[in-house]
Amino acid sequence: MATVLAKVPTAEPKAAVSAAEMGARQRDISVSEFFTKNRHLLGFDNPRKALLTCVKEAVDNALDAAEEAGILPDVVIALEVSSPDGTPPPPPSQATRFRVIVTDNGPGIVRQQIPPIFAKLLYGSKFHRLRMSRGQQGIGISAAGMYAQLTTGKPVQITSRTGARAAAHYFEVQIDTKKNEPRIFESKKVDWEHPRGTQVTLEIEGRYQKGRGSVDEFLEQVAIANPHVKLVYKTPDGDTREYPRTIEELPPQPREIKPHPYGIEFGILLRMLHDTRSHSLAGFLASDFSRVSSAVAQEICHTAKLSAEMRPRNVHGTDAEALYKTIQATKIMAPPSNCISPIGEKAILHGLYKQIKGEFYTAVTRPPSVYRGNPFIIEAGLAYGKGPDQAPATPDAPAVPLAEGEQLDDDNELARVIRYANRVPLLYQQSACATFKAALETAWRNYGVTQSRGALPAGPMVVFVHMASVWVPFTSESKEAIADYDEIRKDIKLALQECGRRLGMFLRRRERAKSEFRRRNIFELYIEEVVEACARLKGGKLPKEKLKAQLQKIALRRTGGTRTDEILGHDGGPEGLPHSIIVTPDGPEGEAPVLPGPASVEAAPPEERRPEPDRRAARRGKGKAAKPKAKTAKRRTKTAKRRTKAPRRKKR
Amino acid sequence: MANAATKKAGPVEKKLISVADTVITAAERSKDPTLAIPVRSLANINFNEKRGIIEMGRRKQARTFFNVAMAKKFMQTVLVADALSELQRAGLTTSLREIYYRTKHTMKGSHENTFDNQNESDPLIEDLEVTLAALREELHVRAENAGSIVGPVVFGDDGDRVDCARLGKGGYSVPSIVEPEYIEIRRCTADFVLLVEKGTQWNRLSEDKFWRRYNCVLLTGNGQPPRGVRRLARRLHEEYKLPVYVLVDNDPWGYYIYSVVKQGSINLAFESERMAIPKAKFIGLSSADPDRYGLPRNVGIKLNDKDIGRAKELAKYRWFQKKEWQEEIKRMLASGLKYELDSLANKDFQYLTKTYLPRKLKEHDWLD
Repeated sequence: MATVLAKVPTAEPKAAVSAAEMGARQRDISVSEFFTKNRHLLGFDNPRKALLTCVKEAVDNALDAAEEAGILPDVVIALEVSSPDGTPPPPPSQATRFRVIVTDNGPGIVRQQIPPIFAKLLYGSKFHRLRMSRGQQGIGISAAGMYAQLTTGKPVQITSRTGARAAAHYFEVQIDTKKNEPRIFESKKVDWEHPRGTQVTLEIEGRYQKGRGSVDEFLEQVAIANPHVKLVYKTPDGDTREYPRTIEELPPQPREIKPHPYGIEFGILLRMLHDTRSHSLAGFLASDFSRVSSAVAQEICHTAKLSAEMRPRNVHGTDAEALYKTIQATKIMAPPSNCISPIGEKAILHGLYKQIKGEFYTAVTRPPSVYRGNPFIIEAGLAYGKGPDQAPATPDAPAVPLAEGEQLDDDNELARVIRYANRVPLLYQQSACATFKAALETAWRNYGVTQSRGALPAGPMVVFVHMASVWVPFTSESKEAIADYDEIRKDIKLALQECGRRLGMFLRRRERAKSEFRRRNIFELYIEEVVEACARLKGGKLPKEKLKAQLQKIALRRTGGTRTDEILGHDGGPEGLPHSIIVTPDGPEGEAPVLPGPASVEAAPPEERRPEPDRRAARRGKGKAAKPKAKTAKRRTKTAKRRTKAPRRKKR
Repeated sequence: MANAATKKAGPVEKKLISVADTVITAAERSKDPTLAIPVRSLANINFNEKRGIIEMGRRKQARTFFNVAMAKKFMQTVLVADALSELQRAGLTTSLREIYYRTKHTMKGSHENTFDNQNESDPLIEDLEVTLAALREELHVRAENAGSIVGPVVFGDDGDRVDCARLGKGGYSVPSIVEPEYIEIRRCTADFVLLVEKGTQWNRLSEDKFWRRYNCVLLTGNGQPPRGVRRLARRLHEEYKLPVYVLVDNDPWGYYIYSVVKQGSINLAFESERMAIPKAKFIGLSSADPDRYGLPRNVGIKLNDKDIGRAKELAKYRWFQKKEWQEEIKRMLASGLKYELDSLANKDFQYLTKTYLPRKLKEHDWLD
């Protein structure tokens, strides 16, 4: 017994740890350490998603930077299979290690800022200000670097140049997870072929798999919501996909705003009271908040029974609480919305039209709204149909008689929702997202689309929802779903309903014309059969042509005659349907963009682009755009194919 | 055969040609061609208490050609009429399925088939039967031979003499068309007809030579008796004045089979006149039998929701309004159980032959 005790001293039930010992064990936890352990919070739960997250963070940063500097972004994304020990790399579908290289034409980064931006968590320019941007917290790219470090041990490689005259700097950095500080491995000046921009290379463990939630899908959706961006995507398979720019102007620069009084919490109010430079309470209210005029400030002080001349620093305890309550009860104008830059109806239409094949497109931008004092704008779009390329193809196909049990095409595909927050596609956690819930709640059946209980509407349909805000409330740090605030969900629903109404109008108009046509058509078919059968019944003693002519006359009289042809000729038309595109076999009607063919893109290299002549040329091309259109059609078919593949995979 | 090689159109063929005439006349007058088809549903039948049969009401539905919802059906009806008249001319009989295949083709210049499956063509044949007041047999459409008969009866079939007392235990397979032109009853010395729902129990009785001991004709329709079986029972009943007893399972479907034999079916109400046997008796299995014959409860089967619903529906039919019948149905619902004929084997393999039926017949224990 004694020997056992001696051997295993810890087995002895020891007295509780003393407070002093416990105190000695307490120490700081660095953010980096925390996220190393909880990498799923940042979107690195599995290798496939990690690959996407790395691409996403790098692309977000590139676009934010370029837009803020007023540059039309050109971004090249390359995924390469890497092998750690020089062995021939496995095929992309089998590979587990990838190199992600993202190159932009943005403003570049000054030398001394490169290490902290890429190798220090919670370091960034976007957290402290209230302005719409893709990134918010300053976690993304450094977290991606940390993931690289964790899985392959390779540092992040950065090359950046701020202008043609400046030198390009090359860095290799890693994060010191204990201190949350960058560790620089390599720092030198290099020659770089690009006059300006930044290139990030991450080597990570990942999996490349197409379909839902893939890098391919992400980039396609980026292209939809950002028609002012030119993307070039080099896939691991060795393909190069180009998503051309369809709008040659940057979205308006969002402004920075001060916080709106409705949106702040009590603790933040206290901090602001403490930190302000104003000397009087009224002055503080008027200068540190948006939409608080000096009159409103006076009113607040008066109702809170506080002196307007009081020093803000001296407001605490019950006074502060009274102030906070009064603020919430006072009627204050909604925050200004120029801090948000919506994509715009036209741009959404162009994006959808460019990437998704359909017959009907529409887009809605809602007026700004507010949740918790943060202004936001909801935009929705809709692409419906299979596109005209397929529709006329079927009647030409040789008529193969169908056997019993065969169907022409059973179409029970559900609609797809593509979600965006500040122009960034959200690919995961769809069902937790306010946008998805709003899409489910919308009564699509009112608009002529079938929808089963608690499901998305059925049909060849893509629903686009975008929320732009100075602060998008995500459900987690990995930014995958928008939190379900009532104000937000309500606004999304309103936008979707408007889209739905327009779709309903389009469908009804088309249906009416079609059913008239069908009526006539079936009568013609059946008359043939009935006449033949009657002739046989009568033993062949029947003037067939006469009977046929008589019946056809009745049919024509009963189906609206030439009126039908007129309706059919027009096929609805976009009149009365604002911000919509209707694609007919003769081409698009409405605000359709002219998609630049590959040739025109090559003719205008990014640096020398002058938007004006280009656009004019495009406009002129509208009439005779047969050739480029054919090419773009091909490209669109490709994306459509990918689109149809995705849900099928999901079913399995 | 009777109609074979007649150059002149027979009466049935004339009726079929009238469908074409409807179309031609309407077209001449620039009117929408319309067929008036009697409605075949519970709402359009009357129970003639005096005659004890279900009769079809006067309600008709119009099937017009120039109506998108009906155009295809109209066209199909004309096609079926054409196929049926072809049968008349050739003097052939055929099955429902063959009619379907005969009329199926792709319409000129389209992908559309005239018929996609047999469910579309079957009701049209019934439609034509009622519209033209021609029986299916007259239209030369037969069903499968789904019945058997054994007993002291002799038929003439295509000139062959068929003695049902000398056909072993398999008996004679009842053809679908048993009209006098096709089947002749040459001799019958039986005292009654026993119509059994289930083939298995018919086999039991046939094997035990029940018919010889009790001098009866044993008939089965393997479930819901087909027209041929019903019509044959009716002919034996009518021509030889034989009483008909019906032996079915004790469940709502058994009750309904009995009522179809007795009063006619709802769907084919127009044929009751030739098919129904208003004097038929329900010999068993009655819901009173388990008690009376000491069948243990555990050979019963629990009524499911469908059974209960059907039983309640039956209780509302006008021809089930007799007091005994209401009691019979209520008793089954109260017990919550149904019994199969086969369950009698629980007592003895030959219980049906040796005990159950003899006692029933002796005690005149049946329902009317």
